[in-house]
Amino acid sequence: MNAVVENVAAQGVDLEALFSESHVGEVIEQLDRELVGLAPVKQRVREIAAFLLVSRARAQLGIESELPSMHMCFTGNPGTGKTTVAARMADILQRLGCIRKNTLVTVTRDDLVGQYIGHTAPKTREVLKRAMGGVLFIDEAYYLYRPENERDYGQESIEILLQAMENNRSDLVVILAGYKDRMDTFFRANAGIHSRIAHHIEFPDFTQEELLQIAELMLERMHYRFDDNSREAMKRYIANRIQQPNFANARSIRNALDRARLRQANRLFARAMKGERTSSDALTLIDAEDLLSSRVFQNAAT
Amino acid sequence: MRVTQGTFSFLPDLTDDQIRTQIDYALNRGWAISLEYTDDPHPRNTYWEMWGLPMFEVRDAVGVMYELYACRKTHPNKYIRVNAFDATRGFETVRLSFIVNRPKVEPEFRLVRTEGPGRSIRYSLETVFPDERDRA
Repeated sequence: MNAVVENVAAQGVDLEALFSESHVGEVIEQLDRELVGLAPVKQRVREIAAFLLVSRARAQLGIESELPSMHMCFTGNPGTGKTTVAARMADILQRLGCIRKNTLVTVTRDDLVGQYIGHTAPKTREVLKRAMGGVLFIDEAYYLYRPENERDYGQESIEILLQAMENNRSDLVVILAGYKDRMDTFFRANAGIHSRIAHHIEFPDFTQEELLQIAELMLERMHYRFDDNSREAMKRYIANRIQQPNFANARSIRNALDRARLRQANRLFARAMKGERTSSDALTLIDAEDLLSSRVFQNAAT
Repeated sequence: MRVTQGTFSFLPDLTDDQIRTQIDYALNRGWAISLEYTDDPHPRNTYWEMWGLPMFEVRDAVGVMYELYACRKTHPNKYIRVNAFDATRGFETVRLSFIVNRPKVEPEFRLVRTEGPGRSIRYSLETVFPDERDRA
């Protein structure tokens, strides 16, 4: 056994072999392909992947090192892809051998915090049990702590979570997500959580070009398409929409496309009633007209 | 007397690592795990006390072990068994069941003869708990 270790130590390890073995490259490529923008996020994912590979190589050489803490916190505005990335994270971490199962348990405050005294702890433990071996994703994590109500049971839940995050590091990865400003308040009140999370990742807002790219990707997945006119219309739509209140990045784009699809269906139907035949081409095309009749443009005009 | 019920019961007691590996095997086949305990291992005592509900949503052995440790802490001197249920036939069927905890001193069984009509003899088994045995 010792001889083997020495032998390996003399040769060093083949990081490249480890890399291709783990198929991490594919996952990262997929991330690059399917998620537009988000450069800091992708960068951090790459770093984490590299770090885990190096730790594995070190373990092969028998260099003792404590298991890295993989808990993460995603902050960013609505619709910047926090939940989407979290779902990918389970896949990535499993391929890297950081967790054993490719399971993602998504919970919010309701699933963790009980309604009366003594209800919270079993509820939180139940969730932790379900997430063991995988990723526990807590969406809108700042709701866990309600400063205005000092008898709130959220605090109890946070304490149990903290304990699990510390003691079951090898079995569980906790990912918190929430809007930046509210998460800051949350961490200010719970300093213990902030220091137990190794990776704080900020999701930037999308630029207009990125949003257009996202729109095209979404349409492609739904088997629709733009023509040149409607692409131009979409560009103008995005430029207008960004300045209006309640803009939620990719989510607003998805909603806009959903409404455009409704209008397209309505338009095709109206035409068909007039006796026109509908070609398969027309069925997949989102016309400029479908976008331009949006309320966003009316508001901009007035 | 060492009670031999369920899988692996003729082997030495499983270590925690071995128990975890077995549970992993069951979970990987999509079976749900439940824990049950009893003080009376009589062969006809089929329904043991349930330790919580069957864990249909747990996907990793660590979650089950967590419950097992809790159950052992509460009932260190009772029998605890792990059951694995298979739902492929549309109802939960026990596919694997093994004992993971035994009392320090196990009960014994006594043969009881009862005379029936026409001088016929009926036989049955009765559990003799350690404290009763000491009294006798």
